[in-house]
Amino acid sequence: MSEELDWVALSGKRAKGKRPDYFEDPALDRLYSTVFALVAEVSALRDRQDTVERLLDVNGTVSREDIESYAPTREAGEERGLATRAYVARVMRGFQQAAEAIESDDQPIGEIAERLKRE
Amino acid sequence: MASDLPPPYTALTRHAMMPQASHDEAARFNFLTHFNRYLSGTVGSANKNAYEKRVLPKFRAEHGRDPEHRYEIRDAMNKDPWHQMWSALKRNSMEMRQHNGRQIVLRQMDELMAKADHHNEQSNQLELDPSVEQPHYQTAVDIHCQPGGYHTEELPGDVTMGANYDVGLFATTGGALGGLNDGGGQAVVEWAKREHPNWQPKRVLDIGATVGHNAVPIAQAYPDAEVIAIDTAGASLRYGAARAAAMGVTNIKFIQASGEDLSRWTDGHFDWVQTTMFLHELSSKAMPKLLTEANRVLAPGGLIFHIEQPQYSDEMPLFEQFMRDWDAFNNNEPFWTAMHAQDLKQVMADAGFARDNQFTVGVRAVVDPEIFPPSPDEAEEDFGRAAVWNAYGAWKPAEQSVAA
Repeated sequence: MSEELDWVALSGKRAKGKRPDYFEDPALDRLYSTVFALVAEVSALRDRQDTVERLLDVNGTVSREDIESYAPTREAGEERGLATRAYVARVMRGFQQAAEAIESDDQPIGEIAERLKRE
Repeated sequence: MASDLPPPYTALTRHAMMPQASHDEAARFNFLTHFNRYLSGTVGSANKNAYEKRVLPKFRAEHGRDPEHRYEIRDAMNKDPWHQMWSALKRNSMEMRQHNGRQIVLRQMDELMAKADHHNEQSNQLELDPSVEQPHYQTAVDIHCQPGGYHTEELPGDVTMGANYDVGLFATTGGALGGLNDGGGQAVVEWAKREHPNWQPKRVLDIGATVGHNAVPIAQAYPDAEVIAIDTAGASLRYGAARAAAMGVTNIKFIQASGEDLSRWTDGHFDWVQTTMFLHELSSKAMPKLLTEANRVLAPGGLIFHIEQPQYSDEMPLFEQFMRDWDAFNNNEPFWTAMHAQDLKQVMADAGFARDNQFTVGVRAVVDPEIFPPSPDEAEEDFGRAAVWNAYGAWKPAEQSVAA
Protein backbone atom coordinates (compact mmCIF):
# COMPACT_ATOMS: atom_id res chain seq x y z
CA MET A 1 0.00 0.00 0.00
CA SER A 2 0.97 3.63 0.07
CA GLU A 3 2.78 3.87 3.42
CA GLU A 4 6.06 4.53 1.71
CA LEU A 5 4.60 7.26 -0.51
CA ASP A 6 4.66 10.92 0.49
CA TRP A 7 1.27 12.15 -0.77
CA VAL A 8 2.14 15.78 -0.17
CA ALA A 9 5.27 15.63 -2.32
CA LEU A 10 3.57 13.45 -4.92
CA SER A 11 0.64 15.85 -5.28
CA GLY A 12 2.90 18.58 -6.54
CA LYS A 13 4.46 16.53 -9.34
CA ARG A 14 4.83 18.59 -12.50
CA ALA A 15 3.04 17.69 -15.69
CA LYS A 16 5.34 16.40 -18.43
CA GLY A 17 5.77 18.99 -21.17
CA LYS A 18 7.69 22.25 -21.15
CA ARG A 19 5.81 24.96 -19.30
CA PRO A 20 5.43 28.14 -21.37
CA ASP A 21 7.32 31.20 -20.09
CA TYR A 22 4.68 33.90 -19.88
CA PHE A 23 6.99 36.67 -18.75
CA GLU A 24 10.57 37.64 -19.56
CA ASP A 25 11.55 37.42 -15.91
CA PRO A 26 10.93 33.90 -14.57
CA ALA A 27 10.52 35.38 -11.10
CA LEU A 28 7.23 36.87 -12.28
CA ASP A 29 5.95 33.46 -13.38
CA ARG A 30 6.84 32.04 -9.97
CA LEU A 31 5.22 35.00 -8.22
CA TYR A 32 1.92 34.52 -10.07
CA SER A 33 1.83 30.89 -8.93
CA THR A 34 2.33 31.83 -5.29
CA VAL A 35 0.03 34.83 -5.24
CA PHE A 36 -2.90 32.97 -6.78
CA ALA A 37 -2.39 29.93 -4.58
CA LEU A 38 -2.71 32.37 -1.66
CA VAL A 39 -5.77 33.97 -3.23
CA ALA A 40 -7.37 30.51 -3.36
CA GLU A 41 -6.42 29.81 0.26
CA VAL A 42 -7.98 33.06 1.48
CA SER A 43 -11.13 32.14 -0.43
CA ALA A 44 -11.18 28.72 1.27
CA LEU A 45 -10.65 30.37 4.68
CA ARG A 46 -13.56 32.73 4.01
CA ASP A 47 -15.77 29.76 3.13
CA ARG A 48 -14.68 28.01 6.31
CA GLN A 49 -15.45 31.01 8.47
CA ASP A 50 -18.87 31.29 6.84
CA THR A 51 -19.47 27.60 7.55
CA VAL A 52 -18.58 28.04 11.23
CA GLU A 53 -20.88 31.05 11.54
CA ARG A 54 -23.79 29.27 9.87
CA LEU A 55 -23.35 26.20 12.07
CA LEU A 56 -23.22 28.39 15.17
CA ASP A 57 -26.35 30.23 14.03
CA VAL A 58 -28.26 26.99 13.85
CA ASN A 59 -26.66 24.81 16.53
CA GLY A 60 -25.05 27.26 18.92
CA THR A 61 -22.01 25.03 18.85
CA VAL A 62 -19.63 23.64 16.27
CA SER A 63 -17.46 20.56 15.78
CA ARG A 64 -14.81 19.72 13.22
CA GLU A 65 -16.99 16.91 11.97
CA ASP A 66 -19.86 19.34 11.37
CA ILE A 67 -17.53 21.60 9.37
CA GLU A 68 -16.18 18.77 7.23
CA SER A 69 -19.62 17.42 6.40
CA TYR A 70 -21.26 20.81 5.84
CA ALA A 71 -23.08 21.23 2.53
CA PRO A 72 -24.84 24.57 2.05
CA THR A 73 -28.52 24.70 1.26
CA ARG A 74 -29.40 26.13 -2.11
CA GLU A 75 -29.97 29.57 -0.58
CA ALA A 76 -26.76 29.48 1.45
CA GLY A 77 -24.89 28.20 -1.60
CA GLU A 78 -26.05 31.19 -3.62
CA GLU A 79 -25.09 33.61 -0.85
CA ARG A 80 -21.64 32.07 -0.63
CA GLY A 81 -21.32 31.97 -4.42
CA LEU A 82 -22.17 35.66 -4.65
CA ALA A 83 -19.66 36.41 -1.89
CA THR A 84 -16.97 34.48 -3.78
CA ARG A 85 -17.83 36.32 -6.98
CA ALA A 86 -17.46 39.66 -5.16
CA TYR A 87 -14.19 38.48 -3.57
CA VAL A 88 -12.76 37.48 -6.96
CA ALA A 89 -13.81 40.88 -8.32
CA ARG A 90 -11.90 42.63 -5.51
CA VAL A 91 -8.76 40.56 -5.96
CA MET A 92 -8.88 40.96 -9.73
CA ARG A 93 -9.72 44.66 -9.80
CA GLY A 94 -6.34 45.64 -11.22
CA PHE A 95 -6.66 43.13 -14.07
CA GLN A 96 -10.27 44.05 -14.74
CA GLN A 97 -9.50 47.77 -14.91
CA ALA A 98 -6.48 47.12 -17.12
CA ALA A 99 -8.82 45.16 -19.40
CA GLU A 100 -11.23 48.10 -19.48
CA ALA A 101 -8.40 50.54 -20.15
CA ILE A 102 -7.45 48.71 -23.35
CA GLU A 103 -10.73 49.89 -24.84
CA SER A 104 -10.29 53.52 -23.83
CA ASP A 105 -8.13 56.18 -25.39
CA ASP A 106 -7.27 57.97 -22.15
CA GLN A 107 -4.69 60.70 -22.41
CA PRO A 108 -1.98 60.72 -19.75
CA ILE A 109 -3.04 62.91 -16.82
CA GLY A 110 0.07 65.04 -17.32
CA GLU A 111 -1.10 66.04 -20.79
CA ILE A 112 -4.53 66.95 -19.45
CA ALA A 113 -2.92 68.96 -16.66
CA GLU A 114 -0.89 70.84 -19.25
CA ARG A 115 -3.97 71.49 -21.34
CA LEU A 116 -5.98 72.74 -18.36
CA LYS A 117 -3.14 75.04 -17.46
CA ARG A 118 -3.37 76.59 -20.91
CA GLU A 119 -7.11 76.54 -21.59
CA MET B 1 -28.51 38.64 -10.71
CA ALA B 2 -27.27 35.54 -8.95
CA SER B 3 -29.01 33.09 -11.26
CA ASP B 4 -25.89 32.24 -13.27
CA LEU B 5 -23.74 31.51 -10.22
CA PRO B 6 -22.00 28.16 -10.40
CA PRO B 7 -23.26 25.69 -7.80
CA PRO B 8 -21.06 24.77 -4.84
CA TYR B 9 -18.85 21.72 -5.15
CA THR B 10 -21.06 19.90 -2.65
CA ALA B 11 -23.82 19.84 -5.30
CA LEU B 12 -21.90 17.09 -7.12
CA THR B 13 -23.53 13.67 -6.87
CA ARG B 14 -21.71 11.56 -4.32
CA HIS B 15 -21.47 8.14 -5.92
CA ALA B 16 -19.72 5.49 -3.85
CA MET B 17 -16.36 5.81 -5.67
CA MET B 18 -16.24 9.59 -5.39
CA PRO B 19 -13.20 10.64 -3.36
CA GLN B 20 -14.07 12.44 -0.13
CA ALA B 21 -13.18 16.12 -0.37
CA SER B 22 -12.58 17.93 2.91
CA HIS B 23 -14.34 21.23 3.57
CA ASP B 24 -11.34 23.25 2.40
CA GLU B 25 -10.59 21.06 -0.61
CA ALA B 26 -14.15 21.61 -1.81
CA ALA B 27 -13.76 25.33 -1.09
CA ARG B 28 -10.62 25.47 -3.28
CA PHE B 29 -12.59 23.98 -6.16
CA ASN B 30 -15.35 26.52 -5.50
CA PHE B 31 -12.80 29.29 -5.85
CA LEU B 32 -11.37 27.81 -9.07
CA THR B 33 -14.84 27.43 -10.55
CA HIS B 34 -15.49 31.14 -10.01
CA PHE B 35 -11.99 32.06 -11.09
CA ASN B 36 -12.26 30.15 -14.37
CA ARG B 37 -15.57 31.78 -15.16
CA TYR B 38 -14.08 35.15 -14.36
CA LEU B 39 -11.11 34.59 -16.66
CA SER B 40 -13.22 33.41 -19.59
CA GLY B 41 -16.08 35.84 -19.03
CA THR B 42 -15.35 39.09 -17.24
CA VAL B 43 -11.81 39.67 -18.49
CA GLY B 44 -11.58 37.14 -21.35
CA SER B 45 -12.87 39.56 -23.97
CA ALA B 46 -9.93 41.87 -23.34
CA ASN B 47 -7.81 39.56 -25.49
CA LYS B 48 -9.81 40.61 -28.53
CA ASN B 49 -9.60 44.27 -27.59
CA ALA B 50 -5.84 44.01 -27.12
CA TYR B 51 -5.61 42.36 -30.52
CA GLU B 52 -7.68 44.93 -32.34
CA LYS B 53 -6.38 47.99 -30.52
CA ARG B 54 -2.66 47.35 -30.54
CA VAL B 55 -1.48 43.92 -31.69
CA LEU B 56 -3.09 43.97 -35.15
CA PRO B 57 -2.10 47.60 -35.92
CA LYS B 58 1.48 46.79 -34.92
CA PHE B 59 1.47 43.66 -37.07
CA ARG B 60 0.18 45.64 -40.04
CA ALA B 61 2.84 48.29 -39.55
CA GLU B 62 5.59 45.68 -39.41
CA HIS B 63 4.41 43.38 -42.19
CA GLY B 64 2.33 45.60 -44.42
CA ARG B 65 -0.49 43.06 -44.37
CA ASP B 66 -2.92 41.23 -42.07
CA PRO B 67 -2.00 37.94 -40.36
CA GLU B 68 -2.57 34.99 -42.66
CA HIS B 69 -2.50 32.19 -40.10
CA ARG B 70 -3.58 31.75 -36.48
CA TYR B 71 0.06 31.04 -35.58
CA GLU B 72 1.05 34.53 -36.69
CA ILE B 73 -1.57 35.91 -34.32
CA ARG B 74 -0.27 33.66 -31.56
CA ASP B 75 3.31 34.86 -32.01
CA ALA B 76 2.16 38.47 -31.91
CA MET B 77 -0.27 38.02 -28.99
CA ASN B 78 2.32 36.16 -26.91
CA LYS B 79 4.29 39.42 -26.85
CA ASP B 80 1.27 41.44 -25.66
CA PRO B 81 1.33 42.18 -21.91
CA TRP B 82 -2.41 41.59 -21.45
CA HIS B 83 -2.34 38.21 -23.16
CA GLN B 84 0.75 37.23 -21.19
CA MET B 85 -0.98 38.04 -17.89
CA TRP B 86 -4.24 36.37 -18.87
CA SER B 87 -2.46 33.23 -20.07
CA ALA B 88 -0.37 33.07 -16.90
CA LEU B 89 -3.55 33.27 -14.81
CA LYS B 90 -5.30 30.60 -16.82
CA ARG B 91 -2.32 28.24 -16.76
CA ASN B 92 -2.03 28.66 -12.99
CA SER B 93 -5.71 27.94 -12.59
CA MET B 94 -5.23 24.62 -14.42
CA GLU B 95 -2.20 23.76 -12.29
CA MET B 96 -4.05 24.61 -9.07
CA ARG B 97 -6.93 22.40 -10.14
CA GLN B 98 -4.52 19.51 -10.68
CA HIS B 99 -2.71 20.12 -7.41
CA ASN B 100 -5.92 20.25 -5.35
CA GLY B 101 -7.29 17.16 -7.10
CA ARG B 102 -4.09 15.21 -6.50
CA GLN B 103 -3.96 16.19 -2.83
CA ILE B 104 -7.52 14.95 -2.42
CA VAL B 105 -7.03 11.59 -4.11
CA LEU B 106 -3.46 10.78 -3.08
CA ARG B 107 -4.05 11.27 0.65
CA GLN B 108 -6.83 8.67 0.44
CA MET B 109 -5.35 6.43 -2.24
CA ASP B 110 -5.45 3.30 -0.05
CA GLU B 111 -9.16 3.72 0.62
CA LEU B 112 -9.85 4.42 -3.04
CA MET B 113 -7.88 1.38 -4.17
CA ALA B 114 -9.68 -0.82 -1.65
CA LYS B 115 -13.08 0.46 -2.76
CA ALA B 116 -12.20 0.02 -6.43
CA ASP B 117 -10.93 -3.51 -5.82
CA HIS B 118 -14.12 -4.35 -3.98
CA HIS B 119 -16.38 -3.08 -6.78
CA ASN B 120 -14.28 -4.45 -9.62
CA GLU B 121 -13.94 -7.92 -8.09
CA GLN B 122 -17.66 -8.17 -7.53
CA SER B 123 -18.82 -6.65 -10.79
CA ASN B 124 -16.51 -8.24 -13.33
CA GLN B 125 -16.87 -5.13 -15.48
CA LEU B 126 -13.13 -4.48 -15.89
CA GLU B 127 -10.74 -6.18 -18.27
CA LEU B 128 -7.19 -4.88 -18.24
CA ASP B 129 -4.56 -5.92 -20.75
CA PRO B 130 -1.04 -4.89 -19.69
CA SER B 131 0.26 -5.75 -23.16
CA VAL B 132 -1.53 -2.68 -24.55
CA GLU B 133 1.15 -0.09 -25.14
CA GLN B 134 0.62 3.55 -24.27
CA PRO B 135 0.64 5.37 -27.62
CA HIS B 136 3.18 8.13 -28.14
CA TYR B 137 0.44 10.75 -28.46
CA GLN B 138 -0.64 9.94 -24.91
CA THR B 139 2.85 10.00 -23.41
CA ALA B 140 4.61 12.84 -25.29
CA VAL B 141 3.21 15.29 -22.72
CA ASP B 142 0.81 14.92 -19.81
CA ILE B 143 -2.47 15.92 -21.49
CA HIS B 144 -4.48 18.65 -19.73
CA CYS B 145 -1.41 19.23 -17.52
CA GLN B 146 -2.59 16.25 -15.46
CA PRO B 147 0.65 15.04 -13.86
CA GLY B 148 1.23 11.47 -15.00
CA GLY B 149 -1.34 11.77 -17.76
CA TYR B 150 -4.22 9.31 -17.68
CA HIS B 151 -2.12 6.15 -17.61
CA THR B 152 0.51 6.43 -14.87
CA GLU B 153 0.18 4.33 -11.74
CA GLU B 154 1.84 5.57 -8.57
CA LEU B 155 1.46 2.02 -7.23
CA PRO B 156 0.21 -1.21 -8.83
CA GLY B 157 -3.58 -1.10 -8.77
CA ASP B 158 -3.65 2.70 -8.44
CA VAL B 159 -6.92 4.49 -9.27
CA THR B 160 -5.89 8.05 -8.39
CA MET B 161 -5.44 9.14 -12.04
CA GLY B 162 -9.07 8.47 -12.85
CA ALA B 163 -10.21 9.73 -9.47
CA ASN B 164 -8.36 13.03 -9.93
CA TYR B 165 -9.92 13.49 -13.36
CA ASP B 166 -13.36 12.90 -11.87
CA VAL B 167 -13.02 15.22 -8.85
CA GLY B 168 -11.72 18.21 -10.78
CA LEU B 169 -13.79 18.33 -13.96
CA PHE B 170 -16.30 20.41 -12.04
CA ALA B 171 -13.81 23.22 -11.52
CA THR B 172 -12.38 23.11 -15.05
CA THR B 173 -15.80 23.41 -16.65
CA GLY B 174 -17.30 25.84 -14.13
CA GLY B 175 -19.84 23.24 -13.06
CA ALA B 176 -21.32 23.09 -16.56
CA LEU B 177 -21.25 19.29 -16.86
CA GLY B 178 -23.72 18.52 -14.10
CA GLY B 179 -23.72 16.47 -10.92
CA LEU B 180 -21.91 13.47 -12.38
CA ASN B 181 -19.77 15.44 -14.86
CA ASP B 182 -21.71 13.55 -17.49
CA GLY B 183 -23.41 16.40 -19.35
CA GLY B 184 -21.61 15.38 -22.56
CA GLY B 185 -22.86 11.82 -22.45
CA GLN B 186 -26.33 13.02 -21.48
CA ALA B 187 -26.27 15.34 -24.50
CA VAL B 188 -25.49 12.42 -26.81
CA VAL B 189 -28.33 10.39 -25.34
CA GLU B 190 -30.76 13.30 -25.53
CA TRP B 191 -29.94 13.76 -29.23
CA ALA B 192 -30.27 10.04 -30.02
CA LYS B 193 -33.57 9.66 -28.15
CA ARG B 194 -35.04 12.80 -29.69
CA GLU B 195 -33.94 12.24 -33.27
CA HIS B 196 -34.23 8.46 -33.38
CA PRO B 197 -36.81 7.49 -30.75
CA ASN B 198 -37.29 3.97 -32.08
CA TRP B 199 -33.62 3.14 -32.49
CA GLN B 200 -32.47 0.46 -30.05
CA PRO B 201 -28.73 -0.16 -30.41
CA LYS B 202 -27.67 -3.48 -28.92
CA ARG B 203 -23.90 -3.11 -28.90
CA VAL B 204 -22.15 0.20 -28.28
CA LEU B 205 -18.42 0.99 -28.36
CA ASP B 206 -17.06 4.14 -26.66
CA ILE B 207 -13.45 4.82 -27.70
CA GLY B 208 -11.21 6.89 -25.41
CA ALA B 209 -13.59 6.53 -22.51
CA THR B 210 -11.19 7.36 -19.61
CA VAL B 211 -13.43 7.07 -16.52
CA GLY B 212 -16.56 6.50 -18.60
CA HIS B 213 -18.51 9.55 -17.48
CA ASN B 214 -19.82 9.98 -21.04
CA ALA B 215 -20.30 6.27 -21.74
CA VAL B 216 -22.28 5.46 -18.58
CA PRO B 217 -25.23 7.69 -19.62
CA ILE B 218 -25.53 5.63 -22.83
CA ALA B 219 -25.62 2.42 -20.81
CA GLN B 220 -28.25 3.94 -18.52
CA ALA B 221 -30.38 5.15 -21.42
CA TYR B 222 -30.26 1.81 -23.24
CA PRO B 223 -30.47 -0.80 -20.47
CA ASP B 224 -30.80 -3.64 -22.97
CA ALA B 225 -27.60 -2.64 -24.75
CA GLU B 226 -24.10 -3.82 -23.93
CA VAL B 227 -21.70 -0.88 -23.80
CA ILE B 228 -17.95 -1.43 -24.20
CA ALA B 229 -15.77 1.46 -22.99
CA ILE B 230 -12.17 1.24 -24.15
CA ASP B 231 -9.06 3.24 -23.40
CA THR B 232 -5.33 2.57 -23.44
CA ALA B 233 -5.02 3.95 -19.90
CA GLY B 234 -5.68 1.09 -17.51
CA ALA B 235 -5.29 3.36 -14.48
CA SER B 236 -8.28 5.42 -15.61
CA LEU B 237 -10.38 2.38 -16.59
CA ARG B 238 -9.85 0.81 -13.18
CA TYR B 239 -11.50 3.81 -11.55
CA GLY B 240 -14.15 4.12 -14.27
CA ALA B 241 -15.28 0.50 -13.98
CA ALA B 242 -15.52 0.80 -10.21
CA ARG B 243 -17.43 4.07 -10.56
CA ALA B 244 -19.96 2.51 -12.93
CA ALA B 245 -20.36 -0.52 -10.67
CA ALA B 246 -20.77 1.72 -7.62
CA MET B 247 -23.53 3.57 -9.47
CA GLY B 248 -25.26 0.27 -10.17
CA VAL B 249 -24.76 0.44 -13.93
CA THR B 250 -24.11 -3.15 -14.94
CA ASN B 251 -24.44 -3.15 -18.74
CA ILE B 252 -21.09 -1.49 -19.37
CA LYS B 253 -17.67 -3.08 -19.49
CA PHE B 254 -14.32 -1.28 -19.38
CA ILE B 255 -11.67 -2.91 -21.56
CA GLN B 256 -8.07 -1.79 -22.00
CA ALA B 257 -7.58 -1.52 -25.74
CA SER B 258 -6.46 0.96 -28.36
CA GLY B 259 -8.93 2.44 -30.81
CA GLU B 260 -6.30 1.89 -33.48
CA ASP B 261 -6.53 -1.87 -33.03
CA LEU B 262 -10.05 -3.22 -32.58
CA SER B 263 -9.05 -6.65 -33.91
CA ARG B 264 -10.68 -8.45 -30.97
CA TRP B 265 -14.05 -7.44 -32.43
CA THR B 266 -15.37 -8.84 -35.68
CA ASP B 267 -16.56 -6.77 -38.64
CA GLY B 268 -19.92 -5.14 -38.01
CA HIS B 269 -19.99 -6.05 -34.31
CA PHE B 270 -21.27 -2.71 -32.98
CA ASP B 271 -24.45 -0.74 -33.73
CA TRP B 272 -22.94 2.47 -32.41
CA VAL B 273 -19.36 3.72 -32.13
CA GLN B 274 -18.96 6.84 -30.02
CA THR B 275 -16.11 9.23 -29.21
CA THR B 276 -16.65 12.19 -26.91
CA MET B 277 -14.03 14.94 -26.87
CA PHE B 278 -11.39 12.41 -27.80
CA LEU B 279 -10.30 12.77 -31.45
CA HIS B 280 -8.18 15.82 -30.58
CA GLU B 281 -6.08 13.67 -28.24
CA LEU B 282 -4.79 11.44 -31.05
CA SER B 283 -2.30 12.20 -33.83
CA SER B 284 -2.52 12.75 -37.58
CA LYS B 285 -1.64 9.14 -38.32
CA ALA B 286 -3.63 7.60 -35.47
CA MET B 287 -6.93 9.39 -36.20
CA PRO B 288 -7.55 7.93 -39.68
CA LYS B 289 -6.39 4.52 -38.49
CA LEU B 290 -8.85 4.65 -35.60
CA LEU B 291 -11.70 5.81 -37.84
CA THR B 292 -11.01 3.04 -40.35
CA GLU B 293 -11.15 0.49 -37.55
CA ALA B 294 -14.33 2.10 -36.23
CA ASN B 295 -15.87 1.77 -39.69
CA ARG B 296 -14.91 -1.89 -39.87
CA VAL B 297 -16.49 -2.84 -36.53
CA LEU B 298 -19.64 -0.82 -37.24
CA ALA B 299 -22.66 -2.81 -38.41
CA PRO B 300 -24.56 -1.80 -41.56
CA GLY B 301 -27.19 0.71 -40.47
CA GLY B 302 -25.05 1.64 -37.47
CA LEU B 303 -24.06 5.06 -36.17
CA ILE B 304 -20.67 6.66 -35.64
CA PHE B 305 -20.86 9.83 -33.57
CA HIS B 306 -18.09 12.20 -32.46
CA ILE B 307 -18.55 15.04 -30.01
CA GLU B 308 -15.95 17.74 -30.57
CA GLN B 309 -15.43 21.46 -30.52
CA PRO B 310 -16.08 23.08 -33.91
CA GLN B 311 -13.49 22.58 -36.61
CA TYR B 312 -11.56 25.59 -37.87
CA SER B 313 -12.71 26.63 -41.30
CA ASP B 314 -12.05 29.49 -43.69
CA GLU B 315 -15.25 31.05 -42.37
CA MET B 316 -13.94 31.07 -38.79
CA PRO B 317 -12.02 34.28 -38.07
CA LEU B 318 -8.29 33.73 -37.51
CA PHE B 319 -8.53 35.40 -34.11
CA GLU B 320 -11.15 32.89 -32.98
CA GLN B 321 -8.98 30.05 -34.28
CA PHE B 322 -6.07 31.47 -32.28
CA MET B 323 -8.16 31.65 -29.08
CA ARG B 324 -9.49 28.14 -29.60
CA ASP B 325 -5.89 27.00 -29.95
CA TRP B 326 -4.96 28.25 -26.47
CA ASP B 327 -5.33 24.86 -24.81
CA ALA B 328 -3.14 23.20 -27.43
CA PHE B 329 -0.11 25.22 -26.41
CA ASN B 330 -0.91 26.12 -22.81
CA ASN B 331 -2.82 23.13 -21.50
CA ASN B 332 -0.83 20.30 -23.11
CA GLU B 333 -3.21 19.30 -25.88
CA PRO B 334 -0.72 19.28 -28.74
CA PHE B 335 -2.87 17.57 -31.41
CA TRP B 336 -5.75 19.98 -30.79
CA THR B 337 -4.41 22.58 -33.23
CA ALA B 338 -3.71 20.23 -36.16
CA MET B 339 -6.86 18.18 -35.58
CA HIS B 340 -9.19 21.16 -35.58
CA ALA B 341 -7.63 22.46 -38.79
CA GLN B 342 -8.34 19.23 -40.64
CA ASP B 343 -11.34 18.70 -42.87
CA LEU B 344 -12.93 16.15 -40.58
CA LYS B 345 -15.58 15.28 -43.12
CA GLN B 346 -12.86 14.35 -45.60
CA VAL B 347 -10.96 12.40 -42.95
CA MET B 348 -14.14 10.47 -42.21
CA ALA B 349 -14.82 9.98 -45.92
CA ASP B 350 -11.30 8.58 -46.36
CA ALA B 351 -12.03 6.17 -43.51
CA GLY B 352 -15.03 4.84 -45.40
CA PHE B 353 -17.89 7.05 -44.24
CA ALA B 354 -19.21 8.48 -47.50
CA ARG B 355 -19.98 12.20 -47.34
CA ASP B 356 -23.59 11.56 -48.30
CA ASN B 357 -24.03 9.59 -45.11
CA GLN B 358 -22.41 12.17 -42.86
CA PHE B 359 -24.11 14.88 -40.83
CA THR B 360 -23.18 17.52 -38.27
CA VAL B 361 -25.33 18.73 -35.42
CA GLY B 362 -24.91 21.09 -32.45
CA VAL B 363 -25.41 19.70 -28.96
CA ARG B 364 -25.06 21.20 -25.51
CA ALA B 365 -24.57 19.65 -22.10
CA VAL B 366 -27.68 18.25 -20.50
CA VAL B 367 -27.68 18.99 -16.77
CA ASP B 368 -30.22 19.36 -14.01
CA PRO B 369 -31.27 23.00 -14.45
CA GLU B 370 -32.53 23.15 -10.89
CA ILE B 371 -28.96 22.86 -9.64
CA PHE B 372 -26.70 23.72 -12.51
CA PRO B 373 -26.88 26.91 -14.50
CA PRO B 374 -26.63 26.65 -18.26
CA SER B 375 -23.23 26.80 -19.87
CA PRO B 376 -22.31 30.38 -20.73
CA ASP B 377 -23.96 31.33 -23.99
CA GLU B 378 -22.18 32.35 -27.15
CA ALA B 379 -21.67 35.89 -25.87
CA GLU B 380 -19.32 34.41 -23.28
CA GLU B 381 -17.73 31.82 -25.53
CA ASP B 382 -15.03 29.99 -23.65
CA PHE B 383 -13.07 29.01 -26.77
CA GLY B 384 -12.95 25.30 -26.33
CA ARG B 385 -14.16 24.84 -22.76
CA ALA B 386 -17.87 25.61 -23.08
CA ALA B 387 -20.19 22.65 -22.80
CA VAL B 388 -21.55 23.39 -26.27
CA TRP B 389 -20.26 21.10 -28.97
CA ASN B 390 -20.45 20.11 -32.58
CA ALA B 391 -21.19 16.51 -33.30
CA TYR B 392 -19.85 14.85 -36.43
CA GLY B 393 -21.71 11.69 -37.29
CA ALA B 394 -22.45 9.20 -40.04
CA TRP B 395 -24.90 6.38 -40.55
CA LYS B 396 -23.33 3.37 -42.22
CA PRO B 397 -25.57 2.33 -45.12
CA ALA B 398 -27.71 -0.71 -44.45
CA GLU B 399 -26.76 -3.66 -46.63
CA GLN B 400 -28.42 -3.63 -50.01
CA SER B 401 -31.38 -5.90 -50.14
CA VAL B 402 -30.56 -8.91 -52.33
CA ALA B 403 -34.18 -9.87 -52.74
CA ALA B 404 -35.18 -10.00 -56.37
